[in-house]
Amino acid sequence: MYRFGFVRLWLLGSVLLIFLTSAVTGNNGDLALSNQESHQSESKSNLNKTEHGHGSSVTGIPIVKFKWLHVESPYIIALWILVAGLGKLVIESNHHVTSVIPESALLICFGFILGGIIWGADKVQTFTLTPVVFFFYLLPQVILDAGYSMPNKLFFSNMGAILVYAVIGTCWNAASLGLSLWGCHMGGAMGDLDIGLLQYLLFGSLIAAVDPVAVIAVFEQVHVNEVLFILVFGESLLNDGVTVVLFNVFEAFVSLGGSQIDAVEIIKGIISFFVVAFGGSLVGFVFGLLISLVTRCTKNIQIIEAGFVFVLGYLSYLTAEMLSLSAILAIVFCGMCCQKYINANMDERSVTTVRFVMKLLANGSETIIFVFLGISAIDKGIWVWNTGFILLTLFFIFVYRFIGVFFLTWILNKFRLVPIEFIDQVIMGYGGLRGAVAYGLATLLDEEKIKEKNLMVCTTLIVVYFTVIIQGITMKPLVNWLKVKKAAVAEVSLVEKVQDKVFDHLLVAIEDISGQIGHNYMRDKWNNFEKNWMSRILMKPSVRKNRDYVFKVFHQLNLKDAMSYVAEVRGERRGSLEFIRNETALVNFKKKFDDEYSEIMPDITADMSDDQGGIDPVPCVSLEMHKQTMNGVRETEDINSHHLLQQHLYKGRKQHRHRYSRTHFDVNKDESEVQEIFQRTMRSRLESFKSTKMGVAPPKTISKHTKKDQQQKFSEASESASGCDTSFPMRVTYRAGAGIENPAFIDMVAPSERAQGRLPWTPSNLRRLAPLRLSTHSTDSFVIADTSIAGEIMYPTWPGNNFESLRKS
Amino acid sequence: MGSSSSNMNHIPDAEELMQETGFSSAHLLRLYERFEFLDREKRGELSPDDFEAVGRLALNPIGGRIIGAFFSQGQETVDFASFVRILAHFRPADTNRRDGAPQDPANSQTRKLKFAFQLYDQDGDGMISRVELLQVLRAMMGIQVTEEQLQSIAERAIQEADLDRDDAISFDEFKKSLEKVNIDHKMSIRFLR
Repeated sequence: MYRFGFVRLWLLGSVLLIFLTSAVTGNNGDLALSNQESHQSESKSNLNKTEHGHGSSVTGIPIVKFKWLHVESPYIIALWILVAGLGKLVIESNHHVTSVIPESALLICFGFILGGIIWGADKVQTFTLTPVVFFFYLLPQVILDAGYSMPNKLFFSNMGAILVYAVIGTCWNAASLGLSLWGCHMGGAMGDLDIGLLQYLLFGSLIAAVDPVAVIAVFEQVHVNEVLFILVFGESLLNDGVTVVLFNVFEAFVSLGGSQIDAVEIIKGIISFFVVAFGGSLVGFVFGLLISLVTRCTKNIQIIEAGFVFVLGYLSYLTAEMLSLSAILAIVFCGMCCQKYINANMDERSVTTVRFVMKLLANGSETIIFVFLGISAIDKGIWVWNTGFILLTLFFIFVYRFIGVFFLTWILNKFRLVPIEFIDQVIMGYGGLRGAVAYGLATLLDEEKIKEKNLMVCTTLIVVYFTVIIQGITMKPLVNWLKVKKAAVAEVSLVEKVQDKVFDHLLVAIEDISGQIGHNYMRDKWNNFEKNWMSRILMKPSVRKNRDYVFKVFHQLNLKDAMSYVAEVRGERRGSLEFIRNETALVNFKKKFDDEYSEIMPDITADMSDDQGGIDPVPCVSLEMHKQTMNGVRETEDINSHHLLQQHLYKGRKQHRHRYSRTHFDVNKDESEVQEIFQRTMRSRLESFKSTKMGVAPPKTISKHTKKDQQQKFSEASESASGCDTSFPMRVTYRAGAGIENPAFIDMVAPSERAQGRLPWTPSNLRRLAPLRLSTHSTDSFVIADTSIAGEIMYPTWPGNNFESLRKS
Repeated sequence: MGSSSSNMNHIPDAEELMQETGFSSAHLLRLYERFEFLDREKRGELSPDDFEAVGRLALNPIGGRIIGAFFSQGQETVDFASFVRILAHFRPADTNRRDGAPQDPANSQTRKLKFAFQLYDQDGDGMISRVELLQVLRAMMGIQVTEEQLQSIAERAIQEADLDRDDAISFDEFKKSLEKVNIDHKMSIRFLR
C-alpha cells in the first residue's frame, strides 16, 4: 500500500508536469528567458495583438477574453518556478532514491525530461539557462545563504588553507588545463579546431573553478567532518575572485590578440586580481555593516526589517558587479559580516523569517538552476562533439585537481596544527565539482572572438554533468569506503562514545582555563576592537548591555533565588523538578521499550514491575533470564544504550552549528543543554556550599528560564546561563564526599553577610523574573529586575509560604 | 621578544619546566601571563575559586572534575609549576624527538590517557568502579535520562570494557577500549605564542 502511494504520486506528478509544459509550449509563448527568441516574440505578440484587435472590433463587446499576451512573461516565470518545485516534490517523495542519487542529479535528469518534452513540442529549445537570468536572479540568493549560514569561527581559523586552495589551486587548475589542452591540440589529438593558446587558457579559467552550488548539493548528504567540508566549501566560494579575474583578463587578451600582450598587461592582470578580490570583499563588508546599522534602527518596523537583509545583500552583489569586482565575494562577505549583528538586533521572529526565507530562496534557486542545466542540454543547435576535446578535458580536470590538492596540502601540513589527512585530501580532490557557474561563464563567451564557443559550452555541460551526477552518486560510497572521518562519529563501544564526549568537554575546559583561544594576540585585538567599536555602532545598545551584563546580573539574581528556594526543597523530598523529570523520562522510555520488548519477551516486563510500581525499568542483564532470550536482550539493550547515549549526551560547545545544510533548519538545541549543565553545576556547588555550615539554610539552585523553552515544565526553577560570581565561596564537586569543611572559606565575611542579607528573598519575584529571556525584547525585564532587587531588599519575608507563587510561574 | 626575556626571570624554575614539559619559552610566558590573570589575589598560586572565575567552566558538565585534576591529592592550591605540568599533557605530540627530552614526556599517549582516566577515578584506587562511571555519566547526560537508564548504560559500558571480570575498569582495560581513538588528536590543543 505504501508503494502504491508512491507510484500514484509519481504518476500524478509526471502527468501534471507534462500537462503544464505542453500547455506552456503549446501557447507558443516565447519567454523572456531566452534572449535569442526575444525579437521573435515581439513581432509575434504584435501580430497577435493586431489579430485580437481586428477580431474584437468585428464581433462586438467580448464578455471574456483570453488575454494570454497580457500576462505572458510573469505567467511563464511563475509556471517554471512551479514546475521546478513540483519536480522537487516528486523527487523527494522517495527517500530510498535520494539517499543513493543526490537530489541535484535527479533534478538534472528531470530537466532532461522536460527539455525533451519542450523540444518535442517546439523543435527548438525555447527555454535555456541564460547568463543574465543565472547571474542576476538565480545565483545571488544561493551565495547569500552560504555567507549568512557560514560558521565564521571555523572559516576564519582555516582561512589560510582556504585561501591557498582558492587562489593557488584555481590558478594551477586553469593554467595546467589550458596548457595541456593546447599541447594536445598541437599534438593533433583534437582534430581541426580553431582555438589558439589564449582561448585554451580562457577555457581553462572558466572551467577551473570549483562551484559552490554543486559542492553544497553533493556534500550536504555526505556529512564529512567539518574541517574537510569547510575547506572545500570555503574554497568554492573564494575562488570566484580568481575566476573573475582570470576570465576577464584572458577575455581581454583574446580580444587584444596575442601580439599586444607584454609585461605591462600581465602586471596589470596581477594587480587586477588584488583589486577585484579585495575590492569585492570590501564592498561586501561595507554592505554588511550597512545592514547591521539599518537593523539597529528598525525597532518600529519589525514587520519588514527582514526585507532589508535581502535587499541590501542583493545590492552588494549588483554593486560589485557594477564595479567589475567579484560579486560572489561581495555577497559572501556581506552575509558573513552581518550575521552576528542582525541576529542580535532583530526581533526573534524576524531572525527566524530571515533564516527561513534565505533557505527558501537558496533551495528554490538551486532547484531551478539544476533543472535548467538539464533542459539546456536538449538543444540540437548547440551540440558540437569532439571526442578528443571533451575526453581530454574531463581527464585533465580530474587529474590536475588531485595533483593540485596533494601538492598544496603537503605544503600546508607543514604549518598546520592538525594536518589534513590523506583520506581527506582524496575526498577534497574528488570533491572538486564544477557546476552552473562554469556553464554561465561559458555562455557569456563572445562568439565572434571565439569561434568554437559551442564546443566549449558543450564540453562545460558534459563536465558539469559528469561531476554532479557521476561524482555526486559515487561520493557517498567513496566516503564510506575510505572511512572518512564523518561529522557524527559512529562509535563502536559505549566507553568510546562516552570518552569521546569527555574529551570534547575536557579540551574545551582546558582551553578556557589556559586561555589559549582568548590570548591569541590578533584575535584578542580583533575581539576588543569589535567589542568596543563595532558593537557599539552596529548593535542595539540594549542588546549590547545584555551580552555584557547578563551573566553577572543573572547570577546574582539566581543566587538570591536559590537561597529562598531552600524551604521548598527541604519541605518535600520530591520537588517539582524530580517529579517532572521522571515523568517525561518515563514516557519516552515506555514508548521506546514497549514495542521492542513485547516482541522478544512478553513475560519479562510483567515480572519486573514489582518494586517500581508501574514503571518498566530497563531489564538489566543481571536479572535471571532465559539463556536464549538473553542474547536478544543484550543486543537490544546494546542498541538502546547506544541510542540513549547518542540522544542524551551533552554535545559540548564545539560541536554545534557546524553542519551547513541546505535543507535543514536547526533550531538551537544546545541552549537547553547549556542551561541544564549550568543548573547542575550551580546546584552542586551550592550543595557543597551548604555544608560549610554558615548558619544559612542550605540552598538549592534554581536558575532562570532564559531562552525559549516554554515547553519545559519546570520553568520557574529552570535554567540560567551565567558565569561565576567569584566573591562567593564555592566548592566543586570533585572533593570526594559532600562538603569537606575548609575553614578558609568560612572566614569570608562578605558573602555570609550578603547571604544573610539576601536570604529573605521572596520567590514572588520569581514570577517577574520567569519570563526573562536573553533576547532583545526582554532586556527591559532586566531593568525591572534590577530595580525590583533594590526595592525588595527592604522587605524581608520568609519564603516558606510562597510556593504558590512559585508554582504559578 | 626582548621584553619576554626579562619577564622570564619572574617565572620560577623556567628552564627546568621547559625541559620537563617541552614548552617553549614563548609558550611558558603566555601561560605565566594566564596564571597571573587567573590569580586574582596575587598569591602566586591558584585556588579552586580562581578556576571557577573562568565563567565558561560552569557550562561544562565535567568542569568540576577538571578543576579538581589540577589539585593533587589533598592540596588546596596549585602553583605555577603544577599548573604548567598539567597543561603539558595537552601539547600535541612531538613529531621529532629532541635530544634530551624526557623519556616519558607529559604529552605521550599513555600520560594523556592517564589524565583522562583520573577524571573518572576520583578515589585514586586505579580502577573505575561502577559508581564512579555512573557519576561521570550522570554529569554528562541530559536531565531527561532516568536513573535506571543510566545504570543500564553504566552496566553495559563496564561489560564491554571489563575484560577480567572484576566489575571495574582498570587503566589497561581503559587503554584497550580506546585503542581505536586517535588520542593525540582528541587531547591536544594548540598552544599559541
